[in-house]
Amino acid sequence: MTKHTSSVPAPPRRRLSWNDPSTRALLYQVIVVGIVGFVVWYLVSNTLHNLSVRNISTGFGFLEREAGFAIGESPVSYTPADTYGRAVWVGLLNTLRVSVIGIVLATLLGTLIGIARLSKNRLVSGVASVYVEVMRNIPLLLQLFFWYAIITENMPGPRQALQPLPGVFISNRGFLMPSLQGDAIDWILGGFGLAVVLVLMIGHWARGRQAATGQIFPLGSVAVGLLLALPLAGWMAGGAELAIDVPVLKGFNFAGGIALSPEFSALLLGLVIYTSAFVAEVVRSGIQAVGQGQWEAANALGLPRARALRLVILPQALRVIIPPMTSQYLNLTKNSSLAVAIGYPDIVSVVNTTLNQTGQAIEGILIIMAAYLTVSLSISVFMNWYNQRIALVER
Amino acid sequence: MKLQKALVIGASVLCFGATAQAGETFDAVKKKGFVQCGVHTGLPGFGIANSKGEWEGIDVDICKAVAAAVFGDSTKYKTTPVTTQQRFTALQSGEIDVLTRNTTATLTRDTTLGLMSTGINYYDSQGIMVKKELGISSAKELDTATVCVQPGTTTELNLADWFRANGLKFTPVVINSPDEAMRSYEGGRCDAFTTDKSGLATVRTTLPNPDDHVILPEDFSKEPLGPMVRQGDDEWFMVVRWALNAMIEAEEYGVTSANIDEMTKSDNPNIQRILGVTGEMGKGMGIDNKWAYNIIKQVGNYGESFERNIGMASPMKLERGLNAQWKDGGLMYGWPIR
Repeated sequence: MTKHTSSVPAPPRRRLSWNDPSTRALLYQVIVVGIVGFVVWYLVSNTLHNLSVRNISTGFGFLEREAGFAIGESPVSYTPADTYGRAVWVGLLNTLRVSVIGIVLATLLGTLIGIARLSKNRLVSGVASVYVEVMRNIPLLLQLFFWYAIITENMPGPRQALQPLPGVFISNRGFLMPSLQGDAIDWILGGFGLAVVLVLMIGHWARGRQAATGQIFPLGSVAVGLLLALPLAGWMAGGAELAIDVPVLKGFNFAGGIALSPEFSALLLGLVIYTSAFVAEVVRSGIQAVGQGQWEAANALGLPRARALRLVILPQALRVIIPPMTSQYLNLTKNSSLAVAIGYPDIVSVVNTTLNQTGQAIEGILIIMAAYLTVSLSISVFMNWYNQRIALVER
Repeated sequence: MKLQKALVIGASVLCFGATAQAGETFDAVKKKGFVQCGVHTGLPGFGIANSKGEWEGIDVDICKAVAAAVFGDSTKYKTTPVTTQQRFTALQSGEIDVLTRNTTATLTRDTTLGLMSTGINYYDSQGIMVKKELGISSAKELDTATVCVQPGTTTELNLADWFRANGLKFTPVVINSPDEAMRSYEGGRCDAFTTDKSGLATVRTTLPNPDDHVILPEDFSKEPLGPMVRQGDDEWFMVVRWALNAMIEAEEYGVTSANIDEMTKSDNPNIQRILGVTGEMGKGMGIDNKWAYNIIKQVGNYGESFERNIGMASPMKLERGLNAQWKDGGLMYGWPIR
């Protein structure tokens, strides 16, 4: 060693030596990856071996067989004559339905409460604080049972259904509303979609023009005009006719209209109220993280308070808000699996039935894991993309 | 990382454990000195812990009978309460030696799960219960009804099959916990509640006003319930099969736990063979020749077990019906012990 240090320093040579820390680090990594790989290989091969020794059939072939069981509610058509694969698909759609609507509502409600907590009005901020502390500290499962019991045990039966408005019924079979039917529906939806696309394009153009010339385009009023005019034009184009499908009591249940089942309502209510308490805290902390100086600086530039909030404070607050918000969205999606407790046919509930009828437990669990992983990763990817988009751009 | 490690170690231990237990069930049971039975988590009359914490029910009696046959002592058993969803995995993995938990014998269960049904100890059928105030007398009047049902059994399938076959519509509400499912039915969320008829009779007695509810006459399915074992150990399979048959045979010949000691002096060669007075019936199964004597003496014959747990001497008050001896018009037909 002494000889080495005393000589003229040679350029460091890469050699495979146990004394080289980077070689050791590489070796450790290879060993760890090897062990993990071996364990995975061992678990898989051992499982397959044990299954075949015990004459337990494996594989995903069962997905093409007839399911034979019914599902309470489904966004797409489904009958017991459809396949297990279709049943699982219905379960996944039900999970997505409650998750997406839940995320939107929880964000809206949570933001409102988060801002209310910052209010100078003692009553408003006090109520918001109590809401947050109560709702986020009661286990979600209990809240679900609570809402489900309220809906199913306090509402009248379908024959004595409450009718707050003509055609609207509230009973322990759910909340029923008249729905629109007819060819014009597609035209109206098409007009609405076109309007959304146009507004986005005009917004993009207006931002570019403002950056270049400083001229401000009245985007708000144009957007409202387009969103109203185009669907109306679609309705005219579709023949200007619409039938209203009013729910009517037929036998034991209502037929027609749009129905929100008690299970869906209870699950949505529970998820939204529970998650919004967390969202409120995220929003509050995000806004408070932006320094008071930013308000004052915006004020000094002559920006009115609303525009200061929109253009100066919120973009900075969002940077703090988005990462924890992503976690809340993921939580809400995964918490929706508590649906089994109150009978909402989400993917866990449907796969449960499937694996009990087919006995393919390992495959069933794999399907559930893959489904949640896909949904959660998609949410993560989207939120990360959004996070990068709003991140501080250094010039 | 720590958690991952723990998981990996835990999982591999589990797998080693499973491999180690894949040996002959019969030898393993004899070696450890007791039978591990999978029982219901709590179904009155079939498998439930009483106020003293002892398990009782006609399914538990089969477990006791197997213990009596193998060890000559009906108390040498342990119970593992399993849900409908855990039961097959528990049996497949070797956690339990025999599943005595009102389980329907079907072809797919025998062929795809690596299990075998050993016999039938209760002939059941799926039925449906409604509130009397609906004023209906047949399930065919249930078009468009909402039906509460529990997952994890063939119940959902039978329900859908029956309504399809009759061209009727229904909406299922699938609720995991039995108590929650019953509450939804009681609260009016569902018009009807469906499960095995023995189960309906039982839960009906637990409702505040049992007379407000009627069980409709239709049978949605056949449900032959019986014990199950893993495939791959024929010796063990035979012990479980014949323990049940001994109980049924004993009832046919009038051998009860009370008169068994006089019966050993009987001249009837059938009774002599059952009780091990003559012949070597136990030897072929690798157990004591007095195996059936021990079962009847300590557990009772099938009729005694039925009356005590679900018959007229119990709160369930179920009729023998299909479960009467074949001589009385039922389906219980013990295989000859000879």
